[in-house]
Amino acid sequence: MTTITVTVNGIRYTSEVEPRLLLVHYLREHLNLTGTHIGCDTSQCGACVVHINGVSVKSCTTLAVQCDGAEITTIEGLSSDGQLHPLQEGFWEKHGLQCGFCTPGMIMAAADLLKRNPNPTEEEIRHGLEGNLCRCTGYENIVRAVRYAAEKMAAAQAAD
Amino acid sequence: MTATEMKERLVGRALKRREDPKLITGHGNYLDDIKLPGMLHIALVRSPYAHAKIVSIDASKALAMPGVVAVFTGKDMLDINPMPAAWQAAGVKNYPVPPRALAVDKVALVGDPVAMVVAENRYIARDAADLVEVEYEPLPAVVDARKAVEPGAPQIHEAAPNNIVFEWECGNKDAADAAIASAEVVVKEEIINQRLIPTPMETRGSIARYDPLTGEWTVWMTSQAPHVHRLLLTAFVFGVPETKLRCIAPNVGGGFGQKIFCYNDMAFTMWAARKLGRPVKFVEDRSENYKYSTHGRDHITEAELAGTRDGKITGLRVKTWANIGAYFSTVAAGIPTTLYGRIITGVYKIPAAYVHVTGAYTNTAMVDAYRGAGRPEASYLIERMVDRFAAEIGMDPAEVRRKNFIQPEDFPYDNGLGLLPYDSGNYEPALNKALEIAGYAEFRKQQEELRKQGRYLGIGISSYVEICGIAPSAWMGGQGWGAGLWESANVRVHLTGKVVVTTGSLPHGQGLETTFAQIVADELGVPYEDVEIQWGDTQGTPFGYGTYGSRSLAVGGVAIKRSVDKIKEKARKLAAHLLEANEADIVFENGRAYVKGSPDKGKTIGELAAAAAVAYNLPPGMEPFLDETSYYDPPNCTFPFGTHVSIVEVDPETGHVKLLRYIAVDDCGNQINPLIVEGQIHGGIAQGLAQALYEGAVYNEDGQLLTGTLMDYAVPTAAMVPHIETDHTVTPSPVNPLGVKGAGEAGTIASAQCVMNAIIDALAPFGVKHLQMPATPERIWKAIHGK
Repeated sequence: MTTITVTVNGIRYTSEVEPRLLLVHYLREHLNLTGTHIGCDTSQCGACVVHINGVSVKSCTTLAVQCDGAEITTIEGLSSDGQLHPLQEGFWEKHGLQCGFCTPGMIMAAADLLKRNPNPTEEEIRHGLEGNLCRCTGYENIVRAVRYAAEKMAAAQAAD
Repeated sequence: MTATEMKERLVGRALKRREDPKLITGHGNYLDDIKLPGMLHIALVRSPYAHAKIVSIDASKALAMPGVVAVFTGKDMLDINPMPAAWQAAGVKNYPVPPRALAVDKVALVGDPVAMVVAENRYIARDAADLVEVEYEPLPAVVDARKAVEPGAPQIHEAAPNNIVFEWECGNKDAADAAIASAEVVVKEEIINQRLIPTPMETRGSIARYDPLTGEWTVWMTSQAPHVHRLLLTAFVFGVPETKLRCIAPNVGGGFGQKIFCYNDMAFTMWAARKLGRPVKFVEDRSENYKYSTHGRDHITEAELAGTRDGKITGLRVKTWANIGAYFSTVAAGIPTTLYGRIITGVYKIPAAYVHVTGAYTNTAMVDAYRGAGRPEASYLIERMVDRFAAEIGMDPAEVRRKNFIQPEDFPYDNGLGLLPYDSGNYEPALNKALEIAGYAEFRKQQEELRKQGRYLGIGISSYVEICGIAPSAWMGGQGWGAGLWESANVRVHLTGKVVVTTGSLPHGQGLETTFAQIVADELGVPYEDVEIQWGDTQGTPFGYGTYGSRSLAVGGVAIKRSVDKIKEKARKLAAHLLEANEADIVFENGRAYVKGSPDKGKTIGELAAAAAVAYNLPPGMEPFLDETSYYDPPNCTFPFGTHVSIVEVDPETGHVKLLRYIAVDDCGNQINPLIVEGQIHGGIAQGLAQALYEGAVYNEDGQLLTGTLMDYAVPTAAMVPHIETDHTVTPSPVNPLGVKGAGEAGTIASAQCVMNAIIDALAPFGVKHLQMPATPERIWKAIHGK
């Protein structure tokens, strides 16, 4: 067993974990943050994407012990003060989800994409989300949702 | 609101979904999110061989591991029956061999479970599963349906001689033979509809809890049909009263058919929970889902289409080998028979058609319904053959379609294949609209020009019709379906005026909570926010056959409407009593009942609900409460249709296809929520075009699944799917009072051949007449180079 200290969604946790414990299992089983999902066993689907120190990472291929000292944000920590993140709003407005299983990972990956490229074209969004699979939407409305968020965030920044 | 102000109608409006807030914030409740006190975890020991005898199983090392509670094998579970074979091919002998909870004595596919380890957590369970030693005696395997029924093929089940599940036919063989023998033109093709893996993003699983004091189970399951699973598991597998099992489907992360069926894990979790007295959980990982949960399609077909030089189709003869996999999955035989053969002629009037289907066992994963289920196979076949015929006689494929379409005045239309009559349709406007959006005439000129420059563009047309709202029970009974197909709904208006609807339908992405609430709010005239839709738990919802086959609106939604109608009828009687008027003089609009001519004097539905609930002053003989249930069994299926068009460019150097445009014009009857309908169409198209371009489950000759993970099986990413242009026509269904048809599968049914027809059109200068799916660069390059 190894002791790790991590900050998840602003809360500090110190835990005893097996060295082989995957981050996704740590989040889901130890911290009960079940919004981060597992959709594959080969790191393809991206349902498990979270942010580690502000960067999107697949938590199914990260060991919990690698995150000692890190700041982690999961889908549960994306909205603040009861306000939806513009991406959450975009996915709702544009019907960017159906079954919702891929959605947390998709939103977390898109949040990182918009950080790197605040005004992506349709093609840049499609390529930027290549690490995440959705089987329901055909991606059309996911692209619209990300565009909605980009525009909303740009408008908010212009207003500041 | 005064009586004369109209409440804004919600039906037809693109409301955003009420189910989304929890799903976008990480607060959904999917199966693997559920933890119960004392819960144990199951890991399976699965066969590495496609076909083998089990010689011995030694679990001693696994049992010695700390944290392991038990190891069970198939022989421990002989006190329960195999899974039911619920839908057998109609009118012929079937040889159903459904799977058992765990394999006994032999295995029939890679991934067949031979033992299960139950442990304190999933890591220990998995470690211990590796320590179970199983000795096998490998047997020869067969993976191809046509080869499986040839003499000398390895025999998989004693109960199914020659690996035949059924041999079934429909149509008129003599007429089809005669039409083909006397035709001016006959085109013949071998058409393979490759095996696909449905791939809902959430895999499957079950959690079972048993109460020894009452003998009752609660099972949480990734299910599209919890009421059906409750019935099958109790009455058929365990032989206990139905009342001893409560099934709960929490949020379900996509189904696409794969979660309709009764699976072994439902049974072995129940069995283990009872045996061990603790709750148990089993959740597949993705590679287990790919190996053992059901696949779709996998047809090999020899097709012949006959016609005249001026473009009239006169006959169709089809011989199909349908791969059923290693065992008989729940409704496996119905898919390549009723849902395929009976709609083989599609949108065309073909005077003579005949279909013969052989269902075959092979050493592969079970094949059952996958989005569209039989109809994509039928639609792909006829639309490829029509294009093949058009090319043969040198006629524009759009023109051939127009010449042979069933005409508006032909409805209700009997296609002569043992189907109920097509309800309504108007095929040409959808075709014309799609071609107009595509700029068809212009494109043809441009195509000609570009070919001169060595650029190869193609346009593909797919006109489809499908069978939705699958029912009525009396007809489906005759199709070999082992139950009914009605749906039910209960509607209650509580004392506070809040409306609760319970339904046996089960949304898992389709947005039924939103759609159903729109209907109820309009019909009852109450605020949308006051309507709650409850589903998914057999305790608290009336029986339903489940959500699949694009049937939850056309059957389940109509059951809700009929319950609302009964509520209104009772409320009208009560209003007449309270307002001291004749019932005939009561006007009901905008959620308010008033006496004709005196709109100011009335009672809202909330006031009437309160009056009915407190029951101080009811008409003689009236029971308290506004609470009504309906069981709705439609008189017919519904038949959505449409035309899709796609434009591709093929690079002759590399064989790479670029999908330049995809246009979908669909007619699903009246639309309740266009946002949701469009979303269903998008998703369906992505799955169908993925069949054309990317996906295919591949087994080697030994029965090893070579596409066993998402690394090898090409589920498309966002960058592999084009922008989709959608439009629609509206031809209401006369079958139900909502005029709806269904939209969940249309996209998948229309799209594979749409893209393939475009690719083959692009390759026409190279003499390519047909190409099997997926149209990979390698396959295209070989076709261009005649290899």
